[in-house]
Amino acid sequence: MLSVLLTILCLLATLFAPLNGASREAGAALTEGAQAAVEFVLRITGGLCLWSGVLELLERCGAAAALGRLLQRPLRRLFPRSAEKGEILAALTENLSANLLGLGNAATPAGIRAARGMAALGERGADELCLLVVLNTASLQLLPATVATVRASAGAAAPFDILPAVWLASACSVACGLGAAALLRRLWR
Amino acid sequence: MSALGALTAPILLCAALIAAACRGVDAYDALRAGARKGLQTAMEILPALVTLFPAVYLLRASGLPEQLGRLLSPLLQALGVPPETGLILLLRPLSGSGAMAEAARIMETAGPDSLAGRTAAVMMGSSETTFYVAAVYLSAAGVKRSRWAIPAALCADLACFLCSAWVCRMLWG
Repeated sequence: MLSVLLTILCLLATLFAPLNGASREAGAALTEGAQAAVEFVLRITGGLCLWSGVLELLERCGAAAALGRLLQRPLRRLFPRSAEKGEILAALTENLSANLLGLGNAATPAGIRAARGMAALGERGADELCLLVVLNTASLQLLPATVATVRASAGAAAPFDILPAVWLASACSVACGLGAAALLRRLWR
Repeated sequence: MSALGALTAPILLCAALIAAACRGVDAYDALRAGARKGLQTAMEILPALVTLFPAVYLLRASGLPEQLGRLLSPLLQALGVPPETGLILLLRPLSGSGAMAEAARIMETAGPDSLAGRTAAVMMGSSETTFYVAAVYLSAAGVKRSRWAIPAALCADLACFLCSAWVCRMLWG
């Protein structure tokens, strides 16, 4: 899929550049972009390490488990059929609490376990599997450390001052995802 | 409020350190282990970024997004979205690295504390690479028909982008 995107982007740009009289800029852009990518990673690596450390610390203090307890009730309501099976509910809980903490490396395997469990439920689990995908594609992250680090590296005065806006936008996205799910699952039959 | 905002990072760190002290967790060890994971993450994302940054830079240099933006900017402005962030809306669900290339560029050219820079950051922080995430879960579960998952996820993305733009305009516009 990314190969298609890459091909379309490059073809469009290469065909359009001479029409726009931007051939020279376009010619220089590729190496410039590759170099910019390396500089970008170097500039954010420090912040990435720092915040991964803080999140690791919070996790070792039991933050994921505490979030998981808070999530039990909403999860049982959103996923009534999966919640009947203990191991699916546990995987779901782990997936969402790791997502909230921004621990992508822990969230994905747990989410895959939950998804496999739901698929094994057959027709009965199909809607809940879709809902799992929707919840995971709407970002739930409480501490958007990467983007705050990018802000810091660009010279922002207070990199984390976007937090309330990120929370509001995330909440709005999750709410709309759940709303769309509630509507579409009825229309789909 | 602004002092509190500026001190968010140190406050977060202190809160985590106090929590660790209360729980008897070795803070230094945990921070070091996390930093190692951060370093791994940086190494893992580098190849994807080196592949997608040039494509986005090339697209930018060709002037195509500018021309399209000129066409679309009345619509974006009517929706309350800064026209500079138009390309992020397109790239974000498909490629996290591509969208990050564009967001970093906006933050650099328009400034990280400009309305466009902040909107780009909030959009990046409150959304996910929808198609990639959906592909990972659906293929791992062995599901061929994804039913309504993608349409609902794209509704959530659209809501996220509009809400990001509106909240930023309210707070910093």
